[in-house]
Amino acid sequence: MIRKTLIAIGVLALLSTGMSGGLAAEEKIATLRGAEMQTLPVPPAMGKVENTDLRRGRAYPEQPPTIPHKIRDYQIDKRLNKCLTCHSRAATAESQAPMVSVTHFMDREGQFLASISPRRYFCNQCHVVQTDAKLLLKNDFQDVDSVLGNAKKN
Amino acid sequence: MSMLDNARALAGVIRRPSVHFSLGFLAFGGFLFGVVFWGGFNWALEVTNTEAFCVGCHEMRDNPFAELKSTVHYTNRSGVRATCPDCHVPHNWTDKIARKTQASKEVWGKLFGTVDTKEKYDAHRLELATREWARFKANDSLECRNCHDLEYMDFTAQSKRASKQHETFLATGEKTCIDCHKGIAHRLPDMSGVKG
Repeated sequence: MIRKTLIAIGVLALLSTGMSGGLAAEEKIATLRGAEMQTLPVPPAMGKVENTDLRRGRAYPEQPPTIPHKIRDYQIDKRLNKCLTCHSRAATAESQAPMVSVTHFMDREGQFLASISPRRYFCNQCHVVQTDAKLLLKNDFQDVDSVLGNAKKN
Repeated sequence: MSMLDNARALAGVIRRPSVHFSLGFLAFGGFLFGVVFWGGFNWALEVTNTEAFCVGCHEMRDNPFAELKSTVHYTNRSGVRATCPDCHVPHNWTDKIARKTQASKEVWGKLFGTVDTKEKYDAHRLELATREWARFKANDSLECRNCHDLEYMDFTAQSKRASKQHETFLATGEKTCIDCHKGIAHRLPDMSGVKG
């Protein structure tokens, strides 16, 4: 009898935590969406693309650097890659643009190829423009240097 | 009658005074005919210089015009836009007539379906683009400069990168617009071996 009661209490407890967890998640989603689940939120205004040439720091480890200029109508397809007009190894002396990282020449076995690896060819799969959009959540990311610095201090 | 005789007879008619028509009739008639002829000629030039005429053929409507639509030269915040002839037909008279005469070959292309499918258009893309690049290079990108005049360019309003490039290469005359701004209004062909 006692065992049965205990099991019942356990099940109840599990159910209630599950439910409250679900409710909490729902509330959080609602705040992120900016509207109730059943309604369509008004989409936020589109961010304005920055064209300042000021590079931003990383917001998380291994973040692909963001693009500090407009890339409207940049053609990236089988025929050509407009980004490489300035960012390719051959062009950087004249354009003074940052060179494509050496990792982009590696295939997935780590072998270096003569040109950009096909899996890295489509720049804007990872690199995006910078916009003036507001952060949805505060980011307290610290890069490894500041983490190490703090560790030394303590 | 030989060709030569024909020519002689015609020369005679032109040289001798008219027997049947009065001077007034000939003068006024000639004037009116001139007005109609010149007006018609100009009208034809104007009509063939509109975007509606250019995209009247599916070759232009489905390829370069469709590609133009997403670019800044077609849609932008202030609603100022360039139409086909703004960039592809010179504005001053002699160059315009020269270009129009060249363009008569395009009628031949239309009749024989040189680029009447997407595949054919793509196959000719480099040839077509190279011709336009050469034209822009030869006239120092005149059709760009009809709107984008270096004299009135405010480098301080440009991004650092842009103002530096324009100062070093455009203002010195070392390069012209098309050297760097290829494919701003249409998709580019396979650019392997082409700089830009």
